[in-house]
Parts: sequence; structure tokens; C-alpha cells
Amino acid sequence: MTLDLYGFGPALAAGTFMTIKLALSALSLGLVLGLLGALAKTSPYKPLQWLGGSYSTIVRGVPELLWVLLIYFGTVNLMRSLADLLGVESLELNAFAAGTIALGLCFGAYATEVFRGAILAIPRGHREAGLALGLSKGRIFWRLIMPQMWRVALPGLGNLFMILMKDTALVSVIGLEEIMRRSQIAVTASKQPFTFYMVAAFIYLGLTILAMIGMHYLEKRASRGFVRSTT
Amino acid sequence: MNWDVIIKWLPRLADGALLTLELVAIAVVAGLILAVPLGIARASRHWYVRAFPYGYIFFFRGTPLLVQLFLVYYGMAQFDVIRKGPLWPYLRDPYWCAIITMTMHTAAYIAEILRGAIQAVPHGEVEAARALGMSRTQTLFYIILPRAVRIGLPAYSNEVILMLKASALASTITLLELTGMARTIIARTYLPVEIFFAAGMFYLLIAFFLVRGFRLLERWLRVDATQAR
Repeated sequence: MTLDLYGFGPALAAGTFMTIKLALSALSLGLVLGLLGALAKTSPYKPLQWLGGSYSTIVRGVPELLWVLLIYFGTVNLMRSLADLLGVESLELNAFAAGTIALGLCFGAYATEVFRGAILAIPRGHREAGLALGLSKGRIFWRLIMPQMWRVALPGLGNLFMILMKDTALVSVIGLEEIMRRSQIAVTASKQPFTFYMVAAFIYLGLTILAMIGMHYLEKRASRGFVRSTT
Repeated sequence: MNWDVIIKWLPRLADGALLTLELVAIAVVAGLILAVPLGIARASRHWYVRAFPYGYIFFFRGTPLLVQLFLVYYGMAQFDVIRKGPLWPYLRDPYWCAIITMTMHTAAYIAEILRGAIQAVPHGEVEAARALGMSRTQTLFYIILPRAVRIGLPAYSNEVILMLKASALASTITLLELTGMARTIIARTYLPVEIFFAAGMFYLLIAFFLVRGFRLLERWLRVDATQAR
């Protein structure tokens, strides 16, 4: 085995790049969904609480693979009627978009719980202090709650991100050319399944280690000003 | 939503759900058995005992289950030794490959849960057992493990739910469990939304009953009583 892996080295590198792109875009969508879900769950309005609660319960109870398949194959009719409505020739969700939506949806459901815990961890007095100073609700959330919330939520989000990165492998099932799909192609050509799937495994391990280092840095940055007590 | 189609294919989906349950049940029980020595070794005082479980857990938690499935199902065929060996009839069968992979995968997670639980047992209780003259082995089996089981049980029930969802991946190696069955039916009916919706309902239902079951088990083991401070 040489380093260029029977000439499939560049293809695998491109696949790795695609995996990272997918993970990051699903992360962005998932963070927004998670924040919205947590806000809904902690809001004083019953219908919003119910909405946030059922979102996180239902999405967490169904396999990620099923979401990927459902969103990819299930939206064909929806997109067709949308195309008719807009008067466009044809409109379809490509594998990347479907993967981003499915993985973002799953990440968001778990992140809802993480953010909710973080919001609840902020002392009530901080919000009351903001109200006493005459800050608006939005301002209290953005300037008071959010900056403190990140610090509490980061470790949980870090775990979720590592799970998300491994879940990107599922999108290979709908044909997105990320690490797994590229490895499958390489296996078909080279008849070396163990070699290539092992290489894929080590790429994922490398990405996990990178994410761990990144999380360590972010956590250190987020807890500036908080001295960890030592004895 | 075409309800007639869902009702028509419900028995087939139920067949798939049975296979899903079978896969998950075998994997989490066999995984638990495999995880006990791994977890105990992982919590050891000696680094050379810790090293192997550490590497095992790191590999299985750091790579996707899909890669592990493909490594076992497709990867093993690369070696002539295995293809001519006595285990080939099993390693050729997707059912056994799924069970082997899921068991090894979940064992890594359960071992890590067990390590956390063992380390969370209050040190005073271990010292008390030693002061009463129990040997290290006795302390492990009569004090540490019964306590650790109760501490780790909630995390174990989470792991079982995660395995239920992970079992959907067995469909990628041609097994007709719930997701695989749904995909087969869709290939016949071209109704992805209805059939995937029905399959999702099955998963939610199974998860619901699993959560209920574990709550009963926790009550039976009196987990809350040991957590009172």
C-alpha cells in the first residue's frame, strides 16, 4: 500500500473536505434550530412549549438514517409542486441539501435539550437585573443570557458535534460523495475493502481528534474570567 | 397521506420491527456481557491493564458505525485466511455481521458508562468494605459493581435507545429490519412519505415502551433510594 492508495488518495481527500463542509453546514442549521427549540421550551406560552417539546421528542425518537431517507426521497413531490407554483422547470433537493437538513434537524433536537439546560443554569437574578435596568427582552437575551449560556452549553454541544460528524457517513446512502461514498467507489475499483474502509475509519478518527482539540480551545476561551478552582 | 397503503403494509413493517427488536436485544445484552470486563479493566489502577480497553473504546467511539459495519461485512472478504476459515459461513451472513458489529460497537459505549459508574462509587464505601476485611475481588463483586449498576443504569437505558436507532444502519448491508423493510416496500409502491412515516411511528412506539420498561427496572432496583443524599 502506497500513500496515494492506488491513486484514490486525492478522491478521499476531496471526500474528507465534503464531510467537513456537510458537518459544518448541518452544525449551523442545528444550532439555530436548537436555540429556537430551547427558547420555545422555556417560553411562558403553552403552545410554544408543546411545539418545542414535541420537536425534540419526535426527532430524537426516530433514527437519523430514516430522517436522511425521508427528507431525500420524501420531498420529491413537495419540490415538484413548489416548482409548479414558482413556474420553474424543475426543482429538487440535492443530496447535500437533504443531508444538511436531516442532520441539522437531528442535531437541533438534541441541542434543544442542551440549550434548555444552559438557559435554566443562569440565575434568575441576572434576568431580573436586566429588567430593572430597563433592557428590552431581546436585549436581555442577546447581551445577558446568550454570552453566559455558551459557557455552560459548550461541553454538551461538543459531544453532539462529534456525534454529528460520525452521522455524516449516513449521507453516503443517498449518494453524496463524502468519505464513505468515495471509499465505496475505491473499493469497487480496487477490490480492497478492508484497506479502504480502514483508511476511512482513520480519517474519521483524525477528524474526531481535530474536533476535540478545537473544543478544548473554545472551552478555554469561553471560560475566560472563570478561574477553575484547584486545590 | 394515503392511509390504505400504510394499513396494507403494516404486517410487513411489523415483521421488520421484530427483526429490529431481535438485533437490538441481542446486541445490548451481548454488549453488556462484553463490556463488564472491558469497563472493569478500563477503571484499573495499572496503566497496562487500562491500555487495551482505552484503545478499543477510542476506536469504536471515534468512527461511525457504518464504517465498522462495512469493515466487517465487506472488509473481511479481503483476507483469504478468513474466507477459508471456519467462521466464514457466519462472516458471510449479513445477520451475523450486523450482530457482531453492533455488539462490539455498543460494548465500547457501555464499557465507558461502566467506567464512569465505577469511578462514581463513593470511595468511603470501598474503604469501608476493605476495613471489614473483604478482599479486592469481594469488594468488586459485592460493593462496587452492585453500586455501579445502579449509577450507570440511566445511561445504559439511553444507550439502548441509541442502539435502537443505530440498528437502522443494518439496512445498508441488505438486512430487512424496520428501515430495510420500509425501503423495500417503497421500491414497490413509490410512496416514501407514507411508508417512512409509518416506520418512524414504529420506532417512536418501541422507544416509548423501552423508556417505560427501564423506568420499571429502575424502580425495581431502587435506583432512587441509592441516590438520596
